[in-house]
Amino acid sequence: MHVATSSAFKENARSALADAGLQKALARSGPSFIARRTAALAALPEFEQLRDIARDIKNHTLANLDFYLEAWEAKVIAAGGRVHWCATADEARDAVLRICHDANARTVTKGKSMISEELGINDHLERNGITPIETDLGEYIIQLRHELPSHIIAPAFHLNKEDWEDSFRKSHTDLPQNRVFHERRDILTEARTKLRQKFLAADVGITGANFLIAETGSSVIVTNEGNGDLTQTLPRVHIALASIEKMVPTIEDCTSLLRVLARSATGQDFSVYTTFSTGARRPGDLDGPDEYHVVLVDNGRSAMLGTDFQDMLRCIRCAACMNHCPVYGAVGGHAYGWVYPGPMGAVLTPSLIGIDQAGHLPNASTFCGKCESVCPVKIPLPKLMRHWREREFERHLTPHAVRTNLALWAYFARRPTLYRLATRAAALTLGLLGRKHGRFHKLPFAGGWTRGRDLPAPEGDTFFARYAKEQRAGRLR
Amino acid sequence: MSSREIMLTAIRRGLRRGPLPNDQGAMLRGRLDQHPRHLIPARSRLPHPEQTALFAANVEKEFGSVARVPDLDAVPEAIAAYLAAQNLPTDLVMAPHPELQALPWQTRPLLRLRAGRAEATDAVSLQHAFAAIAETGTLMLPSSPQRPTTLNLLADTEIVLLRASRLVGAYEEAWDLLRTEFGAMPRNVMLVTGPSRSADIEQTLELGAHGPRRLHVVLVEDA
Repeated sequence: MHVATSSAFKENARSALADAGLQKALARSGPSFIARRTAALAALPEFEQLRDIARDIKNHTLANLDFYLEAWEAKVIAAGGRVHWCATADEARDAVLRICHDANARTVTKGKSMISEELGINDHLERNGITPIETDLGEYIIQLRHELPSHIIAPAFHLNKEDWEDSFRKSHTDLPQNRVFHERRDILTEARTKLRQKFLAADVGITGANFLIAETGSSVIVTNEGNGDLTQTLPRVHIALASIEKMVPTIEDCTSLLRVLARSATGQDFSVYTTFSTGARRPGDLDGPDEYHVVLVDNGRSAMLGTDFQDMLRCIRCAACMNHCPVYGAVGGHAYGWVYPGPMGAVLTPSLIGIDQAGHLPNASTFCGKCESVCPVKIPLPKLMRHWREREFERHLTPHAVRTNLALWAYFARRPTLYRLATRAAALTLGLLGRKHGRFHKLPFAGGWTRGRDLPAPEGDTFFARYAKEQRAGRLR
Repeated sequence: MSSREIMLTAIRRGLRRGPLPNDQGAMLRGRLDQHPRHLIPARSRLPHPEQTALFAANVEKEFGSVARVPDLDAVPEAIAAYLAAQNLPTDLVMAPHPELQALPWQTRPLLRLRAGRAEATDAVSLQHAFAAIAETGTLMLPSSPQRPTTLNLLADTEIVLLRASRLVGAYEEAWDLLRTEFGAMPRNVMLVTGPSRSADIEQTLELGAHGPRRLHVVLVEDA
C-alpha cells in the first residue's frame, strides 16, 4: 500500500502552490473540464432527473447489498467465472498474486483502476517477481515516474508536455536520445508502439470495474483509449478488481448510471468503450481470456454502511467534485497525500486510512458546496466532511490553539448581549484604526490571516447594530 | 469464518438486519427478472429516419465517419472507395459472419479478405454490428464466434457494417434485442462510440490511443 502523506497536507499544499509546473497544468486543465461538463449537460434536459434516479439506484443497491452480491456471484459462476471474496487489502493482494502464480505469469498488463492503487497491487507483484505494466497512457507515465495519480480519471493531470518527453527519453533507452517530439501526437505514438508489444506478451490482464451487474454477473469498464479492452481480451487470464459498492442490480440500472457518468467526468455523452465482461471464453469464440476472475474487495467499505458515511458508497468515481473544487484547483491531487484526492478523497480517505492520518483533508474545504451540486449521485460531500470534523474534535485530534479559541468564541456566542457588545467594540475600534488605509497588512492574533492577504477594515457599525437602527427608523417613519 | 461470510456478516451488521426475509428476497428477484427501465431521455424518441440521422450526426461528432449505401450489394464498393480515399491498404480482416461472407466481394477483386480474429499486424478490420444506438451514436458489438472482439481493438482502422433496421433510439432497446436474440449475456459486449482517443497529455484530445484511429460505419439503408 502507498505510504500516505495526508498528515502533511499543509506542507504538501505549500509546496504545490510554489510548483510552477503544477500551477501551469492546473491553470490549463481545470477550466476545460468544467466547460465540457457544462456543454454536455446543456444538451440533455433530463440530467437533473437522471441524477435523482442515479442516487436512488445506488441507495437501493446499498440497502440490499448482501442480496445483490450473492445473486451476482451465482451468475459469475454460472458463466464460468470465479469470485474471490477479500475482506482486507492483504487478502486482495494475495488473491491477485495467487492467480498470477497459477497462470505462471511473468508480465501482467493493467487497465486503469483506482482500487489497484488503493491496494498497492503493483508493488506487491513486483516484490514477487512479476512485472506489472500500466497501459492507460496517464497511468503508464505515472508508473515510469514512480508517482501516484494526481486525479482519479486523469492520472497525469499535473504533468506538462516537457515532463512526458523527459520521462520517455529516460525510460525508452532503446530509442535514439536525440529524437524530436514535435507534438503531443508523437508522444502518443511512441507509447502506443511500446505498449502494443506489452499487450501481446502479457500472461494476465488486470482491470478495474466501474460496475458489477447482479442480473448477469458482468463487470463493466469504461475507457476512451481501448487499453482496458486489450488488457482483458488478449491475455489468457483476466482479473477484474472490484470493490463491493460497484454493484448495481440490472443492465437498465447500469445504463442509467452510465448516462450521468461520462457527462460528469469528461463531458462526453458516452465514453468510447463501455464494455461488459461476463465469464470466460465461450465454445467457438476466436478470442477472449480462458479464465475470468473477479477479486471482490471490501477493505473498509462494509464498515461505512449504517454510518454517517454510507452516502459516500454511492460514488461512481467521475471526478466532477475535484474538477469543480477551488482547493483541488489550487493545490492539485498530490497534496492530498494518498490515492483519492479532492472532495471525494477528503471524505473517503479518513474512512480507509483513519481520521488520525487524514484529519487535514476534511478541513481542506471552503464549504462552497460546488462538489455536492455537481455530484451525479448527489453525495452531500460538505456534510460528510463536517461529520469528520466533528469526530476529529470529539477525539481531541484538533490542535490545542483551535480548541481554545473555539471555546472562547463559544463563551461569547452563548451570551448574545455580551457578544454584540464585544463585536461592536471590535468593529468600531478596527474601523477607527484602519480608516486611513482601509485595510490591515498586520494585526495581532491574526497573523494566520494577514500572512497571505490583507484584512479589510470594518466600515461603520456591526450588522446587528445597523439592523436595529433601521428597525427603529422604520417604526418612526 | 470464510472471507465471504465475514463480508456478508459485516454488511448485514451495517444494515442492522440478518439475511433478507424470503418475501423481500422474492421482491428483489422479481426486480432482477423484470429489469424495469428508468427515465429514457426524449432526444432519441424520433421516427426511424430521424433516428438514423441522429446516429450519423453523433458518430461524426465523436470523430467517426458514416457512409450510407442503399443495399448490401453496394457495401464492397463503399469499402473500397473509403480505403482509397484514406490511402489505406486493401487487406482486410473480416468477422466470420454469414452476412459479411455473403457480400458480392467479387465485384471488388482488389480487396483481399481474411475471415477470423484480428492479429497485431492487421491494418484494417471489418466488423458486423449487432445493433446501434442513436442516442449517442453508439455501436453494440457483442462477442460470438461470428464477431471476434479483437476486430474492435487491434487494427488501425475499424470498419463496421450496420443495417439501418438494427438501429434503435435508446440503449434499453438495444439491450432488449440482445436479450431476445442471445438469451444469456455474451462473454463480452462492447458499446463503441467513435475511435480510440486519449486526453492524458495536457488534457488535449488525440485520436488513436491504443485502439483504432479511425472508425467508419457503412450504414445499409434497409429500413
